[in-house]
Amino acid sequence: MMSIRSLAGACLSAFAALGAFAVPASAQNYPTRTITMIVPFAAGGPTDVISRIVTAHMAQTLGQSIVIENVVGAGGTTATTRAARAANDGYTLITGHMGTHAASVPLYPKLAYHPEKDFEPVALLAGTPILILARKDFPPKDLKEFVAYVKANAEKVNAAHAGIGSVSHASCELLNSILDVKPVGVPFNGTGPAMNALVAGQVDYMCDQIVNAVPQIKAGTIKAYAVATPERNPSLPEVPTTTEAGLPAFQAQAWNAVFAPKGASPAIIATLNAAAIKALDDDNVRKRLLDLGSVIPAPANRTPEALATLVKNEIAKWTPVLKPAS
Amino acid sequence: MELFANLAHGFVVAFSPINLLMCLIGALVGTLVGVLPGIGTIATVAMLLPITFGLPPVGALIMLAGIYYGAQYGGSTTSILVNIPGEATSVVTALDGHQMAKQGRAGPALAIAAIGSFFAGCVATVLIAVLGAPLTKLALAFGPAEYFSLMVLGLIFAVVLAKGSVLKAIAMIVFGLLLSMVGSDIETGASRMAFNIPELADGLGFATVAMGVFGFAEIIRNLDHGAEMDRNLVQQKITGLMPTRKDLIDSSPAILRGTVLGSILGILPGGGAVIASFAAYTLEKKLAKNPSRFGRGAIEGVAAPESANNAAAQTSFIPLLTLGIPPNAVMALMVGAMTIHGIVPGPQVMQKQPDLVWGMIASMWIGNLMLIIINLPLVGIWVRLLRVPYRLMFPSIVVFCAIGIYSVNNAPVDVVLAGAFGLVGYWLIKHDFEPAPLLLGMVLGPLMEENLRRALLISRGDWSVFLSRPLSAVLLAIAAGLLVLAVLPALRAKRDEVFVESEG
Repeated sequence: MMSIRSLAGACLSAFAALGAFAVPASAQNYPTRTITMIVPFAAGGPTDVISRIVTAHMAQTLGQSIVIENVVGAGGTTATTRAARAANDGYTLITGHMGTHAASVPLYPKLAYHPEKDFEPVALLAGTPILILARKDFPPKDLKEFVAYVKANAEKVNAAHAGIGSVSHASCELLNSILDVKPVGVPFNGTGPAMNALVAGQVDYMCDQIVNAVPQIKAGTIKAYAVATPERNPSLPEVPTTTEAGLPAFQAQAWNAVFAPKGASPAIIATLNAAAIKALDDDNVRKRLLDLGSVIPAPANRTPEALATLVKNEIAKWTPVLKPAS
Repeated sequence: MELFANLAHGFVVAFSPINLLMCLIGALVGTLVGVLPGIGTIATVAMLLPITFGLPPVGALIMLAGIYYGAQYGGSTTSILVNIPGEATSVVTALDGHQMAKQGRAGPALAIAAIGSFFAGCVATVLIAVLGAPLTKLALAFGPAEYFSLMVLGLIFAVVLAKGSVLKAIAMIVFGLLLSMVGSDIETGASRMAFNIPELADGLGFATVAMGVFGFAEIIRNLDHGAEMDRNLVQQKITGLMPTRKDLIDSSPAILRGTVLGSILGILPGGGAVIASFAAYTLEKKLAKNPSRFGRGAIEGVAAPESANNAAAQTSFIPLLTLGIPPNAVMALMVGAMTIHGIVPGPQVMQKQPDLVWGMIASMWIGNLMLIIINLPLVGIWVRLLRVPYRLMFPSIVVFCAIGIYSVNNAPVDVVLAGAFGLVGYWLIKHDFEPAPLLLGMVLGPLMEENLRRALLISRGDWSVFLSRPLSAVLLAIAAGLLVLAVLPALRAKRDEVFVESEG
């Protein structure tokens, strides 16, 4: 019969063996099973599409499949809260974006997570430039005239946005704060209805991501004054940048990036980051992202450290703009 | 002649074996989704979207479209059989559909729903092909003021369709409106009546409330003592599976009118299909020689809303195909599907993607044909389901409802809330409050509030916009007229009562 002591000893050593086995295995052989990527928005939206394009390639590199889980609600913060509370073993990741990991800080005072404290940055995937758009018969012809017109008619103009906390809302608030105007902001439920109102001429202007706007601009149902990135976008070569058009202060893009819950091991982060970079260098991935009007980050901006800096800067950028609104 | 060439091209695309298969899968899944209570089209399309990424884009969209309009066919099934509307658009179908089932006429009710849907689907498909582009103007003519007025009209419909007391119907609408205010304020993002429950931040779901006040409440009611006779009634007295000649003659004009109303209202982004079904029902009740038959198993009360919701489901593709703007959540998911395939829909989608647009239009006709072929024989099976003993059927309904509610947001809180609404619903039934106006108030409430606030934001607080914009003024006038029509008989009845009393 086994004595109590030897039983306890056996248990202990088994425990120790288990622990010794478990810790390095999760980091060294990672990944050994399917990874879940939480996307905080509905399937088919810009963040979802970018995630799917990049993670499909990452899955090949990692040799494990990556399942996308779309968790919608409360401007993406529901999903981000869930990701913050997930196990930090590298098997639950999240594609966060400008809203969930920066603008949410001033917008939701009771936010159940903090983008910097509760997440490990993994890699920046792609940015979607913001455009300044207007109804097709809005009087100003270019951005200079637009600035003058909006300032002169601040009481009369209406700016549409896709709901509090949306990219279009945040970027419009940034534009308005730079112009120092307070037009009436008309909220819509999503970019579709907002775009419908702009096409129908019920509202004067809005800021929105390039994906939805390109076909409307090309068809002449709305017009674009400028793109808020340092360089012109290949999908709209005729639209000037805000710098060229005389409003260099307005720089905005809806960036999308992968984050892991806080405490994920550096080895896992490095593995994931390498896979993401490899995906961003793949010709097919690049083509698909560029077709969407996305901006692929330069090599220097693809490290976890660069992403950490981006998050910090973005929180600093959006906090003063969005604080008074909430 | 270009039209015929385009349509011919569309049929060539739609008749390719892979697209026919996609269409069939879509129709089958749609029927299933419609039939299973609680599992909505939005959730299903969202869940199936990733699967379509591996498919060719035209096939993928044909399948997703099939799910969407297929669900309109299936949605009526549970409304009729067990008084549980699977979709917001089949809430009114339950009113007379379930009464028909209680009279042993579930077969004709299901059949007429399928026939009406088929007719409406075919007409609406032609409409998309012929008038899609000019009708787009209607979608753009509707600004916030017009929407608000349309919602007012919609709520008046809810009063009219109540079969009992007008006052109780109004109370239910107001209750529905109140429930719709739970969530986040659209303008400020402030939390309203959410009690710090994160799951309530985006408001109460339709499925949660509908399954509660219709589904669970109905089951509780069936379990109480007095309902036993009712139950036996549904189970034993089944007469004929197909509509009689008289049924067909009675419902033909209703199907026609429902199709017209549904086609027009479907083009409007937002709650088009829901309003269409209510409007069609109201119209039939108003036109009927004997309105008191409604709510007691009138076949027109099934034929009209079912035709309307299917017509609306089809014409709601118009803004997507001509403007590239998704008019509702399901369409937004379809735009997502296109985007993933590298097609960004816009005003030029018809010229740039003729395969996609015309293939999809042609597939809708084929899909409708498939759906009627699927659905008519199913009528026999569904009716036989009624013979399943209640001790087996009720638990399975509860389980399916719970799965459905959970699957919408993967939120356990929703299931608990549905249970609570079941108790609320039972109390309401016991006190002769009807749940249909409540649901209409809840579905239309957010649209009404948001558009009221948008209209007033744009007009800088000037209420006269609702009257100075012609379309809005006309809608409000119709609403006022309908309200008078609804209240007058009640007033007259009261006067009669007074006379009776004074004579006695």
